[in-house]
Amino acid sequence: MFKYLPHTHADIEAMLKRVGLDSLDELFSEIPDSLKGFELDVPSQHSELELINHFKNLGAMNTPLIPFMGAGAYDHYTPTIINHLINRQEFLTAYTPYQPEISQGTLQYIFEYQSMICQLTGMDVSNASMYDGATATAEAMFMATAARRKKRVLVSGTMNPNIIRVIRTYAEPQDIDVVIIREKNGAISESDLKKRLTDDTAALIVQSPNVYGVIENYAGVNEMLKEKKALFIINQDPSTLSHLKTPREYGADIAVGEAQSLGIPLSYGGPYIGYLATTKKYMRKMPGRICGVTKDADGKRAFVLTLQAREQHIRRDKANSNICSNQSLMALFVTIYMATMGKKGLYEAQQLSYNNAHYLYDQLRKLPQFEVVFEDRPFFKEFTLRATVDIDTMNHKLQEQGFLGPLHLGRFSSDKKGLVTFATTEKRTKEEMDTLIRILGEL
Amino acid sequence: MMYYDQLIFEKSQEGRKGYTLPKSEIKEYKLPDELSRAECPRLPEVSEFDVVRHYTNVSFKNFGIEKGFYPLGSCTMKYNPKINQDIAAMEAFTSVHPYQPVETAQGLLKIYHDTQKILSKISGLDTYSLNPYAGAHGELVGLMIIKKYHQSRNDHKRTKIIVPDSAHGTNPASATVAGFESVEVKSNRDGTVNIEDLKKVLGEDIAGIMLTNPNTIGMFEKDILEISRLVHEAGGLLYYDGANLNPILGISRPGDMGFDIMHINLHKTFSTPHGGGGPGSGPVGVTKALKKFLPLPVVRKAGDMYLIEYDSEESIGQISHFYGNMGVVIRAYAYLLTMGKERLKEIAQMSVLNANYIKESLKDTYKLPVEGICKHEFVFDGLKDRSIDVRTLDIAKRLLDYDMHPPTIYFPLLYKESMMIEPPENESKQTIDHFIETMRIIAKEAKDDPDMLKNAPYNTPVRRLDEALAARAPKVKFRDLEEED
Repeated sequence: MFKYLPHTHADIEAMLKRVGLDSLDELFSEIPDSLKGFELDVPSQHSELELINHFKNLGAMNTPLIPFMGAGAYDHYTPTIINHLINRQEFLTAYTPYQPEISQGTLQYIFEYQSMICQLTGMDVSNASMYDGATATAEAMFMATAARRKKRVLVSGTMNPNIIRVIRTYAEPQDIDVVIIREKNGAISESDLKKRLTDDTAALIVQSPNVYGVIENYAGVNEMLKEKKALFIINQDPSTLSHLKTPREYGADIAVGEAQSLGIPLSYGGPYIGYLATTKKYMRKMPGRICGVTKDADGKRAFVLTLQAREQHIRRDKANSNICSNQSLMALFVTIYMATMGKKGLYEAQQLSYNNAHYLYDQLRKLPQFEVVFEDRPFFKEFTLRATVDIDTMNHKLQEQGFLGPLHLGRFSSDKKGLVTFATTEKRTKEEMDTLIRILGEL
Repeated sequence: MMYYDQLIFEKSQEGRKGYTLPKSEIKEYKLPDELSRAECPRLPEVSEFDVVRHYTNVSFKNFGIEKGFYPLGSCTMKYNPKINQDIAAMEAFTSVHPYQPVETAQGLLKIYHDTQKILSKISGLDTYSLNPYAGAHGELVGLMIIKKYHQSRNDHKRTKIIVPDSAHGTNPASATVAGFESVEVKSNRDGTVNIEDLKKVLGEDIAGIMLTNPNTIGMFEKDILEISRLVHEAGGLLYYDGANLNPILGISRPGDMGFDIMHINLHKTFSTPHGGGGPGSGPVGVTKALKKFLPLPVVRKAGDMYLIEYDSEESIGQISHFYGNMGVVIRAYAYLLTMGKERLKEIAQMSVLNANYIKESLKDTYKLPVEGICKHEFVFDGLKDRSIDVRTLDIAKRLLDYDMHPPTIYFPLLYKESMMIEPPENESKQTIDHFIETMRIIAKEAKDDPDMLKNAPYNTPVRRLDEALAARAPKVKFRDLEEED
């Protein structure tokens, strides 16, 4: 007996008797002996007190830092009610909503989530969420190659390199040709796009704000793509859609992105949540779960997983995607975030982030330690400068003062050496920013 | 209050707020007009209390494992310990940025590293990546590794993956996404792989085989050593779908059986919450020979330091933005330490005992297609009395009225009325006896009043749904409902 194992000796005896066996070992008698009897060399059991102490010690091995870095993970404010609500056992411990009669809770919040993602992006339909923004982007690529029956995909070189890497990994086994479009002054080069956009192109994938933090303007891009019957896939941080022109307004066929920025804690990279939304035209090509409305036997409104004929458990080897789950609890997280912040709060929080980033940029560009790289390029809450000082020394100095300094883009490729990307959110105070500016100015 | 019908949008009142934000200490900057969206997204306008009450009421329409018995086959719906939630929520873990210098994230990296090690010991495989986000993601990664392995040997003719007809639906789908063609092998009557059929398909075009052991009928592949010998001799690799790992914990290891690659569902075997469909975690383990193909980045220990490596020529590449669902890994690690080497075997024993006890107790009433000792789960093929006009679906729906979650139904596809029952180890004999009793009552109801069962459930937030209506004219967002009015 153990706290998670309720069987008493009497229970075990009675149950074995019903099964017609004399010992527990006989339950495993068909397993060849050569496959049994190894020594399990793993840690010994911990009592609850020992466990808590162990994790306290592990926690103490991490150093909390105030982040001035984003790069796909943003330190936004989390309203305190969210964790209380998502940790309700009804949400937390339920399985995928296969039995809709007792899963209306999960199905309803997925419906609300889909509605909110459609509001943010302007698209017609959202799925129930994906693993993360990078894999959602790769799945969007599969949608496009399946819908267009073409195997060439253009990817903007200004996308976050991690997303490009995931796209490449997913593309390789299906022999999809990934072509990188050059950049011009920190944004996608339209002339290079024109050059590489051929008849056999299935889609263009872009990101805005991009890896430099630059907001890209896609006026005219979709018209070019449609001439070649190519799909337009926009990856966008959904929190910036409080302000920015929507993927729909730019004519996107698929909108994807990482929704961690909707209040999800940094958590060392996960769990986060990818979103994927599209137009009515491509709804039936979507991967993953989709929740729709129907009626029950009494005529009451009810929610149910729908369009399942697209999915792996029906189509098996004919499916476009092998996704059989979603990041459901994280979808609930961002749904409650968007409900709590609401129409005005999301805008206000993002405006604060925007103000902070622009204040910091205005101060840092005056310092001799930094040079402007992309003059006149608009940005949102993240921006890039060239450091004239040694970046490792700079970030080490900041770390000593409790700050996580900017991301050195040189970590991704040597041609980006010297470029650093700062990020702010509404959580950064003027005092923190002024301290950061002072430390950097003293380098 | 069980039936609560409002959407958060329907509670919205213009001007209402649920948040507070600090005052801006700096001047307002303005976004250029040509970059601004035409109109604000219509998110709800509600108070904080509105939000709390709304989602509390929404939650009441769900059935979680803390409410009642949840014998969902192949899903391992075990208790999700509360302490693991508390630990994962510690600020020392949640506030760390994924790109913090490794020396400021040693605690998290140690958790990642030690979890890798424990999973290796449990499964008998050399090394793990914890980056895959879910079981299906792990399958995809595993198949990409198989592909890379053959390519690295300049063996380009291996385009097919063998999948038994009893396999989880994700297996063939993952094979397709990884650029393989899947070949089905037939099962024997007991659901185990038909060796003669396997021999027929093995050849120079076979890249590997995907197996679940015990399989989806709950039977252990007792010829597994023969299967692995045959597949290896034909030049293929063996992939282990870890969905059914629970009943062999501490008893037997996939690595010893001859598997080269496997994934583990931390949300099944290692008690992390299913969360209504995720986030899960699907670590992938490989033999020493395949280690170089694991996805990037890789966490490893050098001296006293835990490091992250981003470069490797031979890796399949990156399959996640960062390092997977770290929050899920923390919970699984806490569970592994709680159970320790002393208790892991008992998990297997008690889950297998529970399953066999139910099977033996109900096989006089429900049709048992495969006799013999099962592992953690087994399948009934509907009611034994075939003259009764009641289907598995009706029995499942009736169970809802008795406050129990039904088994997995209509899977595996081997039987017409499949009902796959998995009672995890932390369900007591008393709970299970109550389930057995209820299944008998339902069988009697089926005989006495089949129409009553066909219209079940009666005591749930909603009754049976018109699924065809939802697919015919899909309404997938609030605006679609507004347009309807």
